[in-house]
Amino acid sequence: MPYLLTINGQSHEIDVEGDMPLLWVVREQLNLTGTKFGCGMAQCGACTVQIDGVATRTCVLTVADSVGKNIVTIEGLQSPQALAIQTAWVELQVPQCGYCQSGQVVSATTLLEQNSNPTDADIDAAMSGNICRCGTYPRIKAGIKMAAAQFYNAAGAA
Amino acid sequence: MNINRFLKSAAGHQTVDNSRRSFLKVSAGTSAGLMLGVSFNGSALAQSAATDAALELNAFVSITPDNVVKVLIKHLEMGQGVYTGLATCIAEEMDAAWSQVECEHAPANTARYANLLMGQQGTGGSTAIANSFMQMRQAGAAARSMLVSAAAAQWQVPASEITVSNGILTHGARSATFGELAIAAAQQPSPDAESLSLKTPAEFKLIGQENTLRKDVGKHNGAAIYTQDVKLPGMLTAVVAHSPRFGGKVKSFDAGAALARHGVRQVFEIDSGIAVLATDYWSATKGRELLSIEWDDSAAETRGTADILQQYRGLVDTAGAVAESHGDAEQTLAQSADVTELVFEYPYLAHAQMEPMNCVAQVNGTSAEMWYGCQSASGDQAAIAQLLGTGIEHVKINTVFAGGGFGRRANPVSDYVLEAVRIARQVQGTPVKLVWSREDDMQAGYYRPAYVHKLSASQDANGKPAAIQIRVAGQSIMAGTSLGAMMISNGIDITSVEGLSDMSYDIPERQVELHSTQVGIPVQWWRSVGHTHTAFSKEVFIDALARKAGADPVAYRLELLKNNPRETAVLQLAAEKAGWGTTQLPAGWGRGVAVHTSFGSTVAEIVDVSVQGNNFKVERVVAAIDCGIAVNPSIVRAQVESAIAYGLSAALADEVTLTAGNVDQTNFHTYRVLRMNAMPSVETHIVPSTNPPSGVGEPGTPPIAPAVANALAAVTGRTFTRLPLKLA
Ligand code: FES
Ligand code: FES
Repeated sequence: MPYLLTINGQSHEIDVEGDMPLLWVVREQLNLTGTKFGCGMAQCGACTVQIDGVATRTCVLTVADSVGKNIVTIEGLQSPQALAIQTAWVELQVPQCGYCQSGQVVSATTLLEQNSNPTDADIDAAMSGNICRCGTYPRIKAGIKMAAAQFYNAAGAA
Repeated sequence: MNINRFLKSAAGHQTVDNSRRSFLKVSAGTSAGLMLGVSFNGSALAQSAATDAALELNAFVSITPDNVVKVLIKHLEMGQGVYTGLATCIAEEMDAAWSQVECEHAPANTARYANLLMGQQGTGGSTAIANSFMQMRQAGAAARSMLVSAAAAQWQVPASEITVSNGILTHGARSATFGELAIAAAQQPSPDAESLSLKTPAEFKLIGQENTLRKDVGKHNGAAIYTQDVKLPGMLTAVVAHSPRFGGKVKSFDAGAALARHGVRQVFEIDSGIAVLATDYWSATKGRELLSIEWDDSAAETRGTADILQQYRGLVDTAGAVAESHGDAEQTLAQSADVTELVFEYPYLAHAQMEPMNCVAQVNGTSAEMWYGCQSASGDQAAIAQLLGTGIEHVKINTVFAGGGFGRRANPVSDYVLEAVRIARQVQGTPVKLVWSREDDMQAGYYRPAYVHKLSASQDANGKPAAIQIRVAGQSIMAGTSLGAMMISNGIDITSVEGLSDMSYDIPERQVELHSTQVGIPVQWWRSVGHTHTAFSKEVFIDALARKAGADPVAYRLELLKNNPRETAVLQLAAEKAGWGTTQLPAGWGRGVAVHTSFGSTVAEIVDVSVQGNNFKVERVVAAIDCGIAVNPSIVRAQVESAIAYGLSAALADEVTLTAGNVDQTNFHTYRVLRMNAMPSVETHIVPSTNPPSGVGEPGTPPIAPAVANALAAVTGRTFTRLPLKLA
């Protein structure tokens, strides 16, 4: 049965079984391959996308439950916070293998959209669901702080 | 390039570790003929498939008319930064602008793209920069020379009067970009290696610079392509039901329900289990759940890890094959009234790289085309060719980024690669993407083996170790592989004892013995190989001896490293930067140290831990590394951070156990790995050096676990001899 999904601002009619996780719809039906498969059971965060502004694991979210939501994948991130995070990621050379990084960027962007001046504890809380086997954690933390400085200073100056 | 010269320079390096020595021996011995044929030019017969021959300056460099310097990377980019590192060496000698450089993976072609320390095309042993530092620079210098010759001919001026900088050639008022001279340069004869003059370290503009951005781009925005992302017309996705026990075989199976499922196209038996092919991954996994399979376990490993470790504990009480012997340690220990003895235990470890194993294969009769993160090009290509009864020239490998490796993607028997080919050849002409779930990956074996070590030592009147005896029991990762003949001699797999048999501490009498065990659990190298366990035993044991001698752990080590200026300097740098002995720690905190040399590089790490009840947290790591010339300091630091995180994960949590032959762990909820909240701050200091580059990807891993254990010992007064570390 067809499901109507809104992904990165576009409507897509997807004809798959309702129990198919959104992850596989995004990756295999829509060829948005930035969102990654790492564990399939909400343990690693590689499959994270924003759903109505919330960082969400798509490997355990069915397509049926995704209908009517505003879905934003790594390819569709556009907020100033996303741009700041991605700029910091390149500048600090955060990614190594990169496989976890779409999920990291989505989680970090979501954190920054909600909290423009996160503490170390805020970062640990928001990011500990995203595993990085390459151990880029110190640079992720530094990247979030670098990106946050932009908003915090801007807000402070305003 | 002249391999003899390379060997000389590498061997003349202050400390060349054992595995490096073995690789050199391998290269010099069995593959010398092949090695001599390798240069930046590649063999005349072997044309690169990946670039336009008209634009090719040599095996590694092409320039396009739109001014892109395209560099072919002979190693797998799996996060270690090899795209950036190799391209830096080329761009340096070419005087290219960094912004005009683009990288792509070279095809599988041993004649052109061998790892000069291995004699075959492959990535591992932290050798990517070490083996190609001179080769890449010569490739860059040769390309520069061809550009200059082309300009000299066009402008009718002497080549010696042309200058090159930032991708522009200049003579007086005339100038040209690389792109403008691309076609003319490619037609110039390739210069003789001996005629090229390379820069001195003082002349480097890119090598050693901080701000060279990485060339493995598209990883911040989801654009980078991994095996998992490869999609070909008509492609099917395959999953495989593997035997729950290693060595189990299919006795019978019923595919009826699976075949009836929407999306499932085919189900058939292959060597390693039952393959389910479907239009998409979800349908394939759902189909697999509907299989009913009866397994034949008559040849399977049915022991659990408890039984296996029990056996090893018995083994280390008996004499093993002698790997290293000086003096008569056994006799001295027998006569000593006070012997310190510790037994260490190490679990099996999964690599748990972020991208579970996968591979795309298309087979047409006796030819195959592959798409995957290929870490062992020569080995995989030969294995595929053998399986298909064809020549390696009929096996084309397209390498894409790997979502981590840590050793796993270079499987000694090409396990996941051949599984993909076995499936693809049953559906001739159809591309097949083999995808392992996390559970498949976790339970497929090829683990870092479990080991038990027993270390015994006596001390002289000053507390210095007088004699040491070390016994190691565990599986050989080289036995039964194509590398076995090279890496095992007289019953000793050097990778089982490396780090112990060649330890730097000056101990007059020492004996290292090995029991290589037969267990039906597939094993493989894991980031830093033997050093993953040997460094722990060595460094925790030395700390225990220092405590017994009432000595400071750093001072005690320095005393034993008097003949090793390199380890001394690295240890002193780390101690100074960490404030060893000079800064006060809060109550409940402890500080520990470890220093170890592996893959030609020395790393010292100093760790602060805080202990609360039965819990502890690693708060801070200060590391110092001597890796020769740091081609890209930011990547060196990133690799040290990464190596620490990877080793710390094993120190704190990683452990594969088996019960009656079944792997107990399935996914990240049971195989727990390091997360952000347990990551300490890491500060890395690089020892300035003009020595040739040595390993960077692995040497940061070995010292972390013992440094943490020693820090815990400083707080608790207890000695920790089992990984992962637990206070209670
Ligand atoms: S793949 Fe969804 S959390 Fe790991
Ligand atoms: S960058 Fe490799 S897993 Fe995070």
